[in-house]
Amino acid sequence: MSTAEIEKQWTTRLRKRAHGHLPPEKLLPDTQPAYVSSWIYVFGVTTIAALVMVILSGIILALRGPQWWHSSSVGHFVNSTHLWSVEIFFFAMIVHLWGKFFMAAWRGGRSLTWVTGVVTFLTSVGTAFTGYVSQTNFDSQWISTQAKDGINATGVGSIFNVLNLGQMLMWHIVLLPLAAVILTAVHVLLVRVKGVVPPFEETNGASK
Amino acid sequence: MAFLWSLAALIPLDNYGHYIHWGVIDISVANFIVVVLMVLAFLAALFLPFPGRNRRKESR
Amino acid sequence: MKTKPFRPDVDAPEYKGAYAPYDIIKEGTIAIVVVGLLVVLLATLFGSPDERAITIKAWSNADPIDFATTALGELNGTTITAQYGAPYNTAAPGQNLGPLRLAQFAGVTIPVNTVRDFVINPLSSLPYDRSLSAALTAWKGASASQQGTWVSNYTKGATKMTWSNGIISDPASNTGPVPTMINKLTAMARSGALDQALVTGNGFYTTNYTKPLLFVADGTYLANLAQKQHLLGSQWGMMNETGSYPGQAWLWLYTFWYQVSPFSSSSNADLQVSAVMGLLSLLLLLLPFIPGLRSIPRKLKVYRLIWREYYNG
Repeated sequence: MSTAEIEKQWTTRLRKRAHGHLPPEKLLPDTQPAYVSSWIYVFGVTTIAALVMVILSGIILALRGPQWWHSSSVGHFVNSTHLWSVEIFFFAMIVHLWGKFFMAAWRGGRSLTWVTGVVTFLTSVGTAFTGYVSQTNFDSQWISTQAKDGINATGVGSIFNVLNLGQMLMWHIVLLPLAAVILTAVHVLLVRVKGVVPPFEETNGASK
Repeated sequence: MAFLWSLAALIPLDNYGHYIHWGVIDISVANFIVVVLMVLAFLAALFLPFPGRNRRKESR
Repeated sequence: MKTKPFRPDVDAPEYKGAYAPYDIIKEGTIAIVVVGLLVVLLATLFGSPDERAITIKAWSNADPIDFATTALGELNGTTITAQYGAPYNTAAPGQNLGPLRLAQFAGVTIPVNTVRDFVINPLSSLPYDRSLSAALTAWKGASASQQGTWVSNYTKGATKMTWSNGIISDPASNTGPVPTMINKLTAMARSGALDQALVTGNGFYTTNYTKPLLFVADGTYLANLAQKQHLLGSQWGMMNETGSYPGQAWLWLYTFWYQVSPFSSSSNADLQVSAVMGLLSLLLLLLPFIPGLRSIPRKLKVYRLIWREYYNG
């Protein structure tokens, strides 16, 4: 096989493109621009840490099945860690969103980073919702019978039946977490590719 | 089995909640605390000094 | 070659300043440890809510009249489910946004016939009983108008319905097999058998609780319990949780619209609020591309606090 032939291979081209956009020193940087110096920057990584906790506690709940936590105090404790990591997840994600808004972090070719962030937020709201209706308790009975009206009115209820526990549990523990994790990964990779947004340029005290 | 009981919450919040009514707004105290903490966290992040990172003035 | 003008809300200046050491792996590890400890602390302190699910058995034992009235409504076609429309049946056109009737377009994909699914089929699944068998035979043999007459006569007496010694009594006459059916269904519900009959509609296994949930939601028992927990839609319930736990606070804007005019009095509120929230989500998503909106952060100057070290040199 000639070198030219190897160069034309899909695999070779993909590798070169990936390496061009995201060399190891960008993927795992050891320096940051000096302007990255504020507590507001910790809320992104806090969101990811909370997502890790959500998934770990969710995995333990999945190991024993959807009703384990009603009858076991260990299960109930794991459910509590699942709930509180979700609360911290949304807490951190929303503060992160406020921070990125006030930095106009979409500037300099970073609009897709913003867009994937918002889609991740909306996906997370859906993931949490399917969790609330999969609790198999009074809360899930009430939330599902209420939410069905909103979802049915849009026509989505014809395929997304919030009263179908099996369907909601599948969405909650397979489809939506998969989407949320992939979106988060893309979001973080985009941040690494594009770098952290630089400050507004100011001349005579006014931003340019 | 005794250690399992110790997993019960120390301050369970199972009693009926308290609610704040203000005009059209009707929010549980628990949610209100969460929202206030979010705003405080945001303001703290803006105003508190970030510990210096031994900045080395290297350009690249 | 023409260079594009610099747009401060779209373009970013090139950074030529200093770099500082940054340990991304250490940062991630610290975040996971801190959040992990905080999660364990909160879980240990406060736990999490778990109000037991209600059952049709519990409902019909707590309030047999409410159950019997609801069952009669299912037979009479007057309950929420019976009059719902898509995706359950064609009883109503459903909500609309101008000419858009999205639910109706999507069609009946989860068919629920309250007479058949909530009354006749469960009763037919009971072990043989002479009076029940006779009642069901009379019902099935009667014309629709005859069935309608019986049910509407029974409904006229329903406000004077009484419950004593395990019997539902209704003073109305010419009600055919309806009193037997309502009594047998109430007894079935109180034994717990109706809970099972509704969920096992698809055979041995099931993961689908559509029918029992719709039936329960047609009564007042579930809503009364929800009201005590401050969970009603009119109580901003969407963001609330049972007990004193924080709930889905991030749904605040979604539930807010239901509280204010014109949505609070609209019969199409669900669809209208969904449309408003869809539009607002789209605005948030496309914020970087919307002139005016994307200039807000530059004009508010909050960024000067975030990057104060940079601006102060």
